Amino acid sequence: MHDISAQAVHHHGPPTSFIRKHVFSLDHKVIGKQYYALALLAAFIGMALSWMMRIHLAWTNAPIPGLQLLSKSGAPGGVMTPEYYLQLMTMHGTIMVFFVLTTAPFAAFGNFFLPIQVGAEDMPFPHFNMMSFWVTFAAFVVLVSSFFIGDGPTLGGWTQYAPLNAVGAVAGPGQGLGVVLWMASIALFCVGQLLGSLNFISTTLDLRVKGMSLMRLPLTAWAWFITSCMGLTAFAVLMPACILAILDHVAGTSFFVASNLVINDQLIPKSGGSTLLWQHLFWFFGHPEVYIAIVPGIGIVSHILITNMRKPMLSHRTLIYSMGALAVLSYMVYGHHMFVSGMNPYSSLAFSFPTLVITIPSTIIVLIATFSLYGSRLRINSASLFSLGFISMFVSGGVSGFFLAQPSIDIMLHATYFVVGHFHLVMGVAAMFGIFAGTYFWFPKMTGRMMNETLGKIHFWLSFVGAYCIFMPFHYLGMAGNVRRYSSFPDDFLQPLIPVHRFITVAALLTGAAQLIFLYNLIHSRFWGKPAPDNPWEATSLEWSTATPPPWDNFGGKLPVVYHDPYQYGVQSSVGDYVMQASPEQVKTEHEEK
Amino acid sequence: MAKFFAATIIVIAILSAIPILRHTWDAPEDISTHGALIDEQMSETMAEAGISFLAAQFVLAFFIWKFSGRGPEAKIQTFPGGAKGLVIAALLVVGIEVMALGIFGVKAWANVYLTAPSADAMPIQVQAGQFAFYFRYPGPDGTFGPIHPELVNEGSQNFFGLDPEHDVDARDDIVTAEMAIPVNKEIHLLMHSKDVGHSFFVRELRVQQDFVPGLDVSLHFTATKVGKYEIVCTQLCGLGHYNMKAYLYVYSQEDYDNWLKKEQAMQ
Repeated sequence: MHDISAQAVHHHGPPTSFIRKHVFSLDHKVIGKQYYALALLAAFIGMALSWMMRIHLAWTNAPIPGLQLLSKSGAPGGVMTPEYYLQLMTMHGTIMVFFVLTTAPFAAFGNFFLPIQVGAEDMPFPHFNMMSFWVTFAAFVVLVSSFFIGDGPTLGGWTQYAPLNAVGAVAGPGQGLGVVLWMASIALFCVGQLLGSLNFISTTLDLRVKGMSLMRLPLTAWAWFITSCMGLTAFAVLMPACILAILDHVAGTSFFVASNLVINDQLIPKSGGSTLLWQHLFWFFGHPEVYIAIVPGIGIVSHILITNMRKPMLSHRTLIYSMGALAVLSYMVYGHHMFVSGMNPYSSLAFSFPTLVITIPSTIIVLIATFSLYGSRLRINSASLFSLGFISMFVSGGVSGFFLAQPSIDIMLHATYFVVGHFHLVMGVAAMFGIFAGTYFWFPKMTGRMMNETLGKIHFWLSFVGAYCIFMPFHYLGMAGNVRRYSSFPDDFLQPLIPVHRFITVAALLTGAAQLIFLYNLIHSRFWGKPAPDNPWEATSLEWSTATPPPWDNFGGKLPVVYHDPYQYGVQSSVGDYVMQASPEQVKTEHEEK
Repeated sequence: MAKFFAATIIVIAILSAIPILRHTWDAPEDISTHGALIDEQMSETMAEAGISFLAAQFVLAFFIWKFSGRGPEAKIQTFPGGAKGLVIAALLVVGIEVMALGIFGVKAWANVYLTAPSADAMPIQVQAGQFAFYFRYPGPDGTFGPIHPELVNEGSQNFFGLDPEHDVDARDDIVTAEMAIPVNKEIHLLMHSKDVGHSFFVRELRVQQDFVPGLDVSLHFTATKVGKYEIVCTQLCGLGHYNMKAYLYVYSQEDYDNWLKKEQAMQ
């Protein structure tokens, strides 16, 4: 830890021009907000795509108003073609996983709050930080542009399996230029996240203020630090994989195309590539990515629950170790996505056991979060409701992992809606609940205004019940053998399941509509919300010690000194039942300070 | 509000469990010799996952009910046993539970993937391509003719790229668009993709296996019940993926022999 209280660390002065202040800003807080805005835009696009997909799945021949404006050939008369369904599905998955679930909890909140929580004036490499956002933004533009170029986006799913991703336009609409744009977008996204991860790691390790030992870091800071370590290694693998796939398209190489493939009666003039190589590279990124999406949520939710329980978690250290264990194990389990892929069946067993082991740190996290509620003075507000909802969703999505970790059961459940239900609950809904909780909790600090609590609670109720109505039935469909990634269900055995799909579609439309309440609350509160005090939740960590919203250098030129553990609640101090990290006041605590 | 939330969690947990307990949307009846172990593994996992799910939701709901809205006069308490007790519980209860599942599950997996087909298993080749399955039987000589990718042509119905003119082994090969097998006879399925990734999934047979372009993959199984079943593709393979299917007919030996004769005559 560096003692930086006496030295200036700011590499840049206060911004003076509009462009420097709001567009190409070097300020981590502005960059955090830019990431949030990008994630918000992406989330609503992703959700709109899911609405169209759900309507099509439930009523296959029904025209969807306005869809023909997006693509005349993809939706003649508004009725979605099978290929356009797959194209929308691919974009939904890609946008949600990369530009929402990675961007919001990690890049947006992490950028805004990590430097403040460690007591720094900014990140160590502000230019890299700015570049990180703008490269990510460019990645988003490139991805979305594929809607309007050539024969549309790729239809290969967010996993982009080989050799469909490498043989070119002959394999179907979007498989030429659409794939190249997808790969270019994701490679750019990886660059953005690598730059971000470097900044996060060095901020945590090098810019902690005096008194801020590693164990005094809030759980959010730990979660972002662990996530950035995963990001640095996972995105570094995905980026070259994408580049190799682009080369297969534009340079005549054959990294992912095996010999002697015949498509549309044409012998593909490539040889020697490996189909499974892509899967290994993709999932070596892909499984850590699940934890990149969820670990920040675990940190955010713990941070919020502690504040609202008015007591620390049962063990700060155990939670940190458990998140670390998730990160390490995430690299050893990726092969469970490939049990029936054709890889050596002994490998499946080798990947199965670490997958089963990963339930242990996950269980420890859930148990500690749940049993910490015991004896608390739990405050119910929008942020704490979404945090408690996170635990419920994380459990519901997590237990289905028991099934998917076992190769023998995967024979029946692989590529079915069971898998879709599993990952939507555990990394989709749970992570989204973490984002919502973080938004209701930190909005006052980020904007200087409070959000409307009544609307927040209505948003919570509709989202909580709605998410269960959508994603629990996915598991039942999967158990009955309903295959995923079908644009409609012509198989005989799928006919009886169509009413379940209709129920899910109605639930999805209603739950999606409830998100408009959130959007309204966000925009309305941003401009007309009640002015927020500096510490509305009576919280302890450093972000609540500074002004609301924080000044450009975070602490007004005077860096704080940390005297306490991050979560000293349930004590008696001059301000109430808590003492802030930056307060020199000595209080009697139940736990020894670290 | 907190109490209502707690009640909602409990109601959702119970409602979620009802279709499972009532077997509303279960997998169809198993018709394979290896499937019973998979089904048993599934039931045991369901019991353990179900108990974990209900217990976790109930405890969460109970604590929300009990400890929300307590004023500043309420004493902050720590759960007896603390984190150490919970970590030990997680290691002992969940750790042992999942490890046991994993270890017992090896047998079910091994039955399908880690045993070799018997010497008299009947070989059938299945080829997946956008967006159809084709099947090949070796004919009386028991040998498949070699595949020539450059000869593959859907228009002339040379789905496998056979060259009977030059390859003796290919002359009696029987190519079909539906799969028929005799009941209680072990099948050795030789899987081959001609273009991109596909998968072979028959729910009743408890088999699912991807086709890997450039790699020969095989499966073996025995069907125990006569009937008509659907083979569907589960690996996203392009625009017609949703419609890529074939029928599997499990016949008595006599019916199978008749079917094969009929198909042979049509070649």
